[in-house]
Amino acid sequence: MPGYLLIESRDPFESTGAARTCELAIQLRAAGHDVALFLVQNGVLAVRSGVRRPELDKVIRTQIEVLADDFSLRERGISSASLIGGVRAAPIGSVVERLAAGWNALWH
Amino acid sequence: MTKQTLTFVLMDAPFESARTTTAFRLLHAALDRGCDVNVFAYEGAVALSFAKQAQHANAVHGRDATQEDHPLSKNWIAALMTHARERGADLNWVNCGLCVDERGVGEAIDGVRRGSPADCWKMAQQSVATLVIPTK
Repeated sequence: MPGYLLIESRDPFESTGAARTCELAIQLRAAGHDVALFLVQNGVLAVRSGVRRPELDKVIRTQIEVLADDFSLRERGISSASLIGGVRAAPIGSVVERLAAGWNALWH
Repeated sequence: MTKQTLTFVLMDAPFESARTTTAFRLLHAALDRGCDVNVFAYEGAVALSFAKQAQHANAVHGRDATQEDHPLSKNWIAALMTHARERGADLNWVNCGLCVDERGVGEAIDGVRRGSPADCWKMAQQSVATLVIPTK
Protein backbone atom coordinates (compact mmCIF):
# COMPACT_ATOMS: atom_id res chain seq x y z
CA MET A 1 0.00 0.00 0.00
CA PRO A 2 1.52 3.37 -0.99
CA GLY A 3 2.56 5.55 1.87
CA TYR A 4 2.12 9.21 2.58
CA LEU A 5 4.85 11.77 2.10
CA LEU A 6 4.16 15.03 3.91
CA ILE A 7 6.31 17.93 2.77
CA GLU A 8 6.58 20.80 5.24
CA SER A 9 8.02 24.05 3.89
CA ARG A 10 6.85 26.51 6.55
CA ASP A 11 8.77 27.92 9.47
CA PRO A 12 7.21 26.18 12.50
CA PHE A 13 7.68 29.36 14.54
CA GLU A 14 5.68 31.36 12.02
CA SER A 15 2.99 28.92 10.92
CA THR A 16 0.76 26.83 13.15
CA GLY A 17 0.12 24.77 10.04
CA ALA A 18 3.47 23.07 10.55
CA ALA A 19 2.14 21.61 13.80
CA ARG A 20 -0.97 20.39 11.98
CA THR A 21 1.27 18.61 9.48
CA CYS A 22 2.96 16.80 12.36
CA GLU A 23 -0.43 15.83 13.78
CA LEU A 24 -1.52 14.51 10.38
CA ALA A 25 1.65 12.43 10.11
CA ILE A 26 1.00 10.87 13.51
CA GLN A 27 -2.65 10.17 12.68
CA LEU A 28 -1.75 8.55 9.37
CA ARG A 29 0.78 6.35 11.14
CA ALA A 30 -1.82 5.43 13.77
CA ALA A 31 -4.13 4.40 10.92
CA GLY A 32 -1.50 1.94 9.76
CA HIS A 33 0.09 3.82 6.86
CA ASP A 34 3.72 4.24 5.98
CA VAL A 35 4.54 7.91 6.54
CA ALA A 36 7.54 10.12 5.93
CA LEU A 37 7.97 13.80 6.71
CA PHE A 38 10.23 15.83 4.42
CA LEU A 39 11.25 19.25 5.73
CA VAL A 40 12.26 21.84 3.14
CA GLN A 41 12.90 25.59 2.95
CA ASN A 42 12.12 27.18 6.34
CA GLY A 43 10.64 23.89 7.47
CA VAL A 44 14.17 22.78 8.37
CA LEU A 45 14.49 25.43 11.08
CA ALA A 46 12.91 23.02 13.55
CA VAL A 47 15.75 20.53 13.39
CA ARG A 48 18.41 22.70 15.04
CA SER A 49 19.49 21.46 18.41
CA GLY A 50 18.29 23.62 21.29
CA VAL A 51 15.06 24.57 19.56
CA ARG A 52 11.69 23.96 21.18
CA ARG A 53 9.67 21.76 18.82
CA PRO A 54 7.15 19.63 20.74
CA GLU A 55 5.16 18.59 17.66
CA LEU A 56 8.19 17.39 15.73
CA ASP A 57 9.46 15.58 18.82
CA LYS A 58 6.18 13.63 18.90
CA VAL A 59 6.65 12.68 15.24
CA ILE A 60 10.16 11.43 15.94
CA ARG A 61 8.99 9.43 18.96
CA THR A 62 6.38 7.80 16.71
CA GLN A 63 9.24 6.40 14.60
CA ILE A 64 8.12 8.31 11.53
CA GLU A 65 10.97 8.89 9.09
CA VAL A 66 11.93 12.58 9.15
CA LEU A 67 14.14 13.93 6.37
CA ALA A 68 15.58 17.43 6.05
CA ASP A 69 16.44 18.81 2.62
CA ASP A 70 20.22 19.10 2.44
CA PHE A 71 20.08 22.17 0.18
CA SER A 72 17.76 24.02 2.58
CA LEU A 73 20.06 23.14 5.47
CA ARG A 74 23.11 24.52 3.66
CA GLU A 75 21.23 27.69 2.69
CA ARG A 76 20.50 28.34 6.36
CA GLY A 77 23.93 27.44 7.69
CA ILE A 78 22.71 24.33 9.49
CA SER A 79 25.30 21.58 9.51
CA SER A 80 24.07 18.05 8.85
CA ALA A 81 26.20 17.01 11.81
CA SER A 82 24.20 19.25 14.12
CA LEU A 83 20.80 17.72 13.39
CA ILE A 84 18.76 16.37 16.26
CA GLY A 85 18.35 12.63 16.62
CA GLY A 86 15.71 11.06 14.42
CA VAL A 87 16.28 13.50 11.54
CA ARG A 88 18.42 12.76 8.53
CA ALA A 89 19.68 15.14 5.85
CA ALA A 90 18.50 13.99 2.43
CA PRO A 91 18.62 15.17 -1.17
CA ILE A 92 15.52 16.40 -2.97
CA GLY A 93 15.71 13.19 -4.97
CA SER A 94 14.34 11.35 -1.96
CA VAL A 95 11.01 13.05 -2.66
CA VAL A 96 11.15 11.87 -6.26
CA GLU A 97 11.94 8.32 -5.12
CA ARG A 98 8.75 8.18 -3.09
CA LEU A 99 6.66 9.79 -5.79
CA ALA A 100 7.98 7.23 -8.26
CA ALA A 101 6.99 4.51 -5.79
CA GLY A 102 3.42 5.81 -5.90
CA TRP A 103 3.34 7.48 -2.51
CA ASN A 104 0.73 10.13 -1.94
CA ALA A 105 2.43 13.47 -1.46
CA LEU A 106 1.01 16.50 0.29
CA TRP A 107 2.79 19.86 0.25
CA HIS A 108 2.33 22.42 2.97
CA MET B 1 11.08 -1.40 -16.92
CA THR B 2 8.11 0.81 -17.70
CA LYS B 3 8.95 4.48 -17.72
CA GLN B 4 7.25 6.39 -14.95
CA THR B 5 5.52 9.71 -15.32
CA LEU B 6 5.28 12.26 -12.53
CA THR B 7 3.09 15.35 -12.56
CA PHE B 8 3.84 18.59 -10.77
CA VAL B 9 1.26 21.35 -10.43
CA LEU B 10 2.75 24.79 -9.89
CA MET B 11 0.97 27.95 -8.78
CA ASP B 12 3.59 30.53 -7.74
CA ALA B 13 4.51 33.47 -9.93
CA PRO B 14 8.20 33.87 -10.75
CA PHE B 15 10.59 35.94 -8.62
CA GLU B 16 8.45 35.66 -5.49
CA SER B 17 8.90 32.44 -3.54
CA ALA B 18 11.44 29.81 -2.57
CA ARG B 19 8.82 27.31 -3.67
CA THR B 20 9.73 28.04 -7.29
CA THR B 21 13.35 27.09 -6.66
CA THR B 22 12.31 23.93 -4.86
CA ALA B 23 9.90 23.05 -7.67
CA PHE B 24 12.64 23.38 -10.28
CA ARG B 25 14.95 21.23 -8.15
CA LEU B 26 12.25 18.56 -8.01
CA LEU B 27 11.76 18.68 -11.78
CA HIS B 28 15.51 18.32 -12.31
CA ALA B 29 15.72 15.39 -9.89
CA ALA B 30 12.79 13.64 -11.56
CA LEU B 31 14.40 14.01 -14.99
CA ASP B 32 17.71 12.83 -13.55
CA ARG B 33 15.92 9.68 -12.42
CA GLY B 34 14.70 9.16 -15.99
CA CYS B 35 11.07 9.92 -15.30
CA ASP B 36 8.85 11.62 -17.82
CA VAL B 37 7.58 14.82 -16.24
CA ASN B 38 4.36 16.74 -16.66
CA VAL B 39 4.01 20.29 -15.39
CA PHE B 40 0.69 22.07 -15.18
CA ALA B 41 1.24 25.75 -14.39
CA TYR B 42 -1.71 27.83 -13.28
CA GLU B 43 -2.41 31.19 -11.68
CA GLY B 44 0.84 33.18 -11.42
CA ALA B 45 2.99 30.22 -12.44
CA VAL B 46 2.00 30.70 -16.08
CA ALA B 47 4.47 33.62 -16.12
CA LEU B 48 7.38 31.28 -15.35
CA SER B 49 7.74 30.59 -19.07
CA PHE B 50 6.97 34.10 -20.34
CA ALA B 51 9.33 34.73 -23.26
CA LYS B 52 9.64 38.48 -22.67
CA GLN B 53 11.30 38.17 -19.27
CA ALA B 54 14.44 40.32 -19.38
CA GLN B 55 17.52 40.76 -17.27
CA HIS B 56 18.12 44.19 -15.77
CA ALA B 57 20.91 46.27 -14.29
CA ASN B 58 21.29 46.81 -10.55
CA ALA B 59 22.01 50.49 -9.99
CA VAL B 60 22.27 50.08 -6.22
CA HIS B 61 25.22 47.74 -6.63
CA GLY B 62 26.58 49.53 -9.69
CA ARG B 63 26.24 46.52 -11.97
CA ASP B 64 24.97 46.49 -15.54
CA ALA B 65 22.63 43.79 -16.79
CA THR B 66 25.46 41.50 -17.87
CA GLN B 67 27.27 41.81 -14.54
CA GLU B 68 24.06 41.37 -12.59
CA ASP B 69 23.18 38.23 -14.59
CA HIS B 70 19.77 38.07 -12.98
CA PRO B 71 18.32 34.55 -13.25
CA LEU B 72 15.17 34.18 -15.32
CA SER B 73 12.71 31.35 -14.83
CA LYS B 74 12.15 31.06 -18.60
CA ASN B 75 15.84 30.15 -18.95
CA TRP B 76 15.58 27.56 -16.18
CA ILE B 77 12.65 25.94 -17.98
CA ALA B 78 14.57 25.92 -21.25
CA ALA B 79 17.51 24.31 -19.43
CA LEU B 80 15.21 21.66 -17.97
CA MET B 81 13.88 20.91 -21.45
CA THR B 82 17.43 20.48 -22.71
CA HIS B 83 18.18 18.24 -19.73
CA ALA B 84 15.10 16.14 -20.51
CA ARG B 85 16.21 15.63 -24.11
CA GLU B 86 19.68 14.62 -22.94
CA ARG B 87 18.15 12.11 -20.53
CA GLY B 88 15.73 10.74 -23.13
CA ALA B 89 12.81 11.92 -21.04
CA ASP B 90 9.77 14.02 -21.85
CA LEU B 91 9.07 17.33 -20.14
CA ASN B 92 5.51 18.23 -20.99
CA TRP B 93 4.80 21.80 -19.80
CA VAL B 94 1.25 23.14 -20.05
CA ASN B 95 0.08 26.60 -19.02
CA CYS B 96 -3.54 27.19 -18.01
CA GLY B 97 -4.93 29.25 -20.88
CA LEU B 98 -7.38 31.23 -18.78
CA CYS B 99 -4.61 32.19 -16.37
CA VAL B 100 -2.40 33.18 -19.33
CA ASP B 101 -5.07 35.46 -20.78
CA GLU B 102 -5.77 37.10 -17.44
CA ARG B 103 -2.11 38.05 -17.13
CA GLY B 104 -1.31 38.78 -20.79
CA VAL B 105 1.61 36.35 -20.83
CA GLY B 106 0.68 34.40 -23.94
CA GLU B 107 4.16 34.55 -25.45
CA ALA B 108 5.79 31.49 -23.92
CA ILE B 109 9.16 29.99 -24.79
CA ASP B 110 9.34 27.09 -27.24
CA GLY B 111 8.17 23.78 -25.86
CA VAL B 112 5.49 25.24 -23.61
CA ARG B 113 1.92 24.82 -24.72
CA ARG B 114 -1.42 26.28 -23.77
CA GLY B 115 -4.01 24.06 -22.15
CA SER B 116 -6.82 23.89 -19.64
CA PRO B 117 -7.52 22.33 -16.25
CA ALA B 118 -8.68 19.26 -18.20
CA ASP B 119 -5.04 18.73 -19.15
CA CYS B 120 -4.15 18.72 -15.48
CA TRP B 121 -6.69 15.99 -14.85
CA LYS B 122 -5.36 13.93 -17.75
CA MET B 123 -1.79 14.37 -16.56
CA ALA B 124 -2.72 13.15 -13.09
CA GLN B 125 -4.56 10.17 -14.55
CA GLN B 126 -1.48 9.17 -16.54
CA SER B 127 0.99 9.63 -13.68
CA VAL B 128 2.15 7.38 -10.91
CA ALA B 129 2.00 10.38 -8.58
CA THR B 130 1.06 14.06 -8.63
CA LEU B 131 2.43 16.76 -6.37
CA VAL B 132 0.59 20.07 -6.06
CA ILE B 133 2.74 22.95 -4.83
CA PRO B 134 0.27 25.68 -3.92
CA THR B 135 0.84 29.26 -2.81
CA LYS B 136 0.05 30.19 0.77
